Amino acid sequence: MNVKYMYSFLAVIVLFLIAYVGTEAVGLQWLFGVLIPYAALLVFLVGFIRKVMGWARSAVPFRIPTTCGQQRTLPWIRPNSIDNPSTAGGVVVRMFLEIVAFRSLFRNTRMTTKPDGRIAYQWEIFLWLGALAFHYAFAVVVLRHLRFFLEPVPAPIKLLETVDAFFQFGLPVVYLSGVVLLIAVAYLALRRVFIPMVRYISLANDFFPLFLIFGIAFTGILMRYFSKVDILSIKALTMGLVSFSFPDTAVLKGIDGLFYGHLFFVSVLLAYFPFSKLMHLGGIFLSPTRNLPNDTRMHRHVNPWNYPVHVHTYQEYEDDFREKMVEAGLPVDKPLAPAEAEKE
Amino acid sequence: MKDLPKPKDFYSRLRHKPGSTDWMDTPVDIRKGMYCYAANPKSLNTLSAPFARDWNPVEEDWKLPENWQQILHEGFKERLERFRSFKVFMDICVRCGACADKCHFFIGTGDPRNMPVLRAELLRSVYRNDFTTFGKLLGRFGGARPMTLNVLKEWWYYMFQCSECRRCSVFCPYGIDTAEITIMGRELLNLLGLNIDWIATPVSNCYMTGNHLGIQPHAYKDMLDFFVDDIEEVTGVRVEPSFNRKGADILFITPSGDVFADPGTYTCMGYMMLFHYLREKYGFDITWSTYASEGGNFGFFTSHETMKRLNAKMYAEAKRLGVKWILGGECGHMWRVINQYMDTMNGPADFLEEPVSPITGTKFENAKSTKMVHIAEFTADLIRNGKLELDKSRNNHLKVTYHDSCNPARGMGLLEEPRYVIRNVCNHFYEMPENTIREQTFCCGSGAGLNAGENMELRMAGGLPRANAVKHVHETHGVNMLACICAIDRAVFPPLMEYWVPEVGVTGLHEMVANALVMPGEKKRETDLRGEPLEGMEGDTDE
Repeated sequence: MNVKYMYSFLAVIVLFLIAYVGTEAVGLQWLFGVLIPYAALLVFLVGFIRKVMGWARSAVPFRIPTTCGQQRTLPWIRPNSIDNPSTAGGVVVRMFLEIVAFRSLFRNTRMTTKPDGRIAYQWEIFLWLGALAFHYAFAVVVLRHLRFFLEPVPAPIKLLETVDAFFQFGLPVVYLSGVVLLIAVAYLALRRVFIPMVRYISLANDFFPLFLIFGIAFTGILMRYFSKVDILSIKALTMGLVSFSFPDTAVLKGIDGLFYGHLFFVSVLLAYFPFSKLMHLGGIFLSPTRNLPNDTRMHRHVNPWNYPVHVHTYQEYEDDFREKMVEAGLPVDKPLAPAEAEKE
Repeated sequence: MKDLPKPKDFYSRLRHKPGSTDWMDTPVDIRKGMYCYAANPKSLNTLSAPFARDWNPVEEDWKLPENWQQILHEGFKERLERFRSFKVFMDICVRCGACADKCHFFIGTGDPRNMPVLRAELLRSVYRNDFTTFGKLLGRFGGARPMTLNVLKEWWYYMFQCSECRRCSVFCPYGIDTAEITIMGRELLNLLGLNIDWIATPVSNCYMTGNHLGIQPHAYKDMLDFFVDDIEEVTGVRVEPSFNRKGADILFITPSGDVFADPGTYTCMGYMMLFHYLREKYGFDITWSTYASEGGNFGFFTSHETMKRLNAKMYAEAKRLGVKWILGGECGHMWRVINQYMDTMNGPADFLEEPVSPITGTKFENAKSTKMVHIAEFTADLIRNGKLELDKSRNNHLKVTYHDSCNPARGMGLLEEPRYVIRNVCNHFYEMPENTIREQTFCCGSGAGLNAGENMELRMAGGLPRANAVKHVHETHGVNMLACICAIDRAVFPPLMEYWVPEVGVTGLHEMVANALVMPGEKKRETDLRGEPLEGMEGDTDE
């Protein structure tokens, strides 16, 4: 057993127990249902903005896009205007595809060394597929949850629910996104445990958010399909959170501890987010190898902290070598001094 | 080379499995054959680099200044503020592992710390400890560790096992670029005088004499004069290169390696023949410079500041000579510097004109600000406009494959121009497998200043993926010549090929151009530039 995932796993269990026991046994529904979610949201917003501002404060001294295709050059050579953009438009398309389709990860290959001495590279799509499934499923789940914070529920959310429930099985009808999210998170966690090299590079910080999100999906699914929590009371609470008019304590006390566990997980995720690798959500937009055009031979890029440096000038160089240069018939700016010339 | 195991044994010993202890608990083993010698203090002193001293990487005591941790901490902080790339890349890696098996050094050594993600974690772990709340709070459990002597040694060992090739960055979903990490890591190490000699001494030479090899002006001219004789022997034509000539239209700058060592010398002869041809036919007017006699820039492998100090010569010399624009020769990292750094560092080049080919009238719009054109762009344009008389059959003895150098591929995107030239100067051209060329090209294994003699095992390991792809086309198509547009490639591929694929030679692009080029007034060519007899000499192409 590896401490990194064991402790992360235990941490998630303990977090759940804190919320469950805290509400079911101690009666801290206000704390877990109202105060902590507000605090977490605040930490998330402030932390996120501070992090992004912190990045933005750092300079971009050079244009260093990673070029992944033909440059714009002679008119008869077709440039790859997405993977090697020379215009802002190209950059926008490149960034868009990177963010919505994980274009770079899509290229992923797997290297194998064959016994006959060949090294082979195969297209490896599962990481891309798992990552894409995870992010989209999560996005749909988050959007679906807007129904708890809006009254009346807007039509697009309802439409999304209809699409998500496309397969129409189970009662209540099963949402595809929840299931996909659970499977994708499980896949991403298991590859960290079972692929030796990935396990080797993984930190506790990599396991913890996966287990936490697994916990969120798992408790959500338990509530919806199995324990069938009191959805009306929950909506009363969530609407209270957005309108600042909270239901009676009796209503809060009537909600299952499972829900408070779920909500506490979400709160922890929000508060943890800005201080963790999850900030790749914001960072991708600021990545200088992706968000700049490869146009520095066309348009000068200015480095805000460019400072003068000492160089060895031509004059100094000629002073060092003048005699030898003259002897070799190389032109010089300053002729040899008469004394030196006579020696010739 | 003689200390190395047989290639078969080298290959069969390769394992891509991690050790049983966590990498943070595995002490670094600085192993002979894998590291380069420490910088000569004299070389560091040339540029007034700090803490120049004699020290030995394998000795316990690195003779560090007392406050070395503080120097590193402050240096780290300063770079986080100066480079958004560094700050963002320290924060957002999710350790998905997509980069792991993309690195030629990982493929060739199996050393887990050569996975790009771990190379970055070497720095990131210290970053977390010094600059993040969670790192300070959770310590080791949060992936943080304090800067110790062991960590420093680990940094040094692995920052000089990365060639800044950027292949990992192509696959990273956030574009995290290990080259950027290594550049910062090396800058930090240089704050403590911890450079390697194979970088520090060329830098010192380049600063004082104008080129990495320390060739003095008269010797530089002598070397090109030798080539004039050699060219005359092969073609019967006497070319006349000019040097440091004021009022020339164009300044030509190329890596000094090509002036000095085979097979780069033949590429150098190729340039001289092309320029002579153009002068005779079209009145082309170009000069070489002994002051700006280096295209490459080992300063780039030291620090941004050193890069700027060396690069400054290009514009300074162009200004002094009063040329219209600059033409650059075949080199790898030189072109990343020119394409992504030069104008920003040492521009604006408002004393130059927007480059126009005096022969075809083509405007090089893509170089209108930097005013420097790549010779592959220049020659491709000449061929496209029918300005060169070429006899492809003179390269019939070559079955050519083409290696994209890392920097022109991933820091520029110069992919089609050289291919166009190759297809027009030789009849037999075969591409290596798709995952090993263009933006996915593999490094030669010796880039970014690692082409020393004492780290041959590292070089053979790092070059394995490239050699393996060459071997593939050698076996399937009978390829016998590896073409490239990089002087480091030309210097390091011969031993790499000798080790992994002994039947394959190495050539630059313009050596092949010159072989095919029908010079005005030339005698019947009986040999190529290397003095090897030509087949099908009667002018019949055998295809």
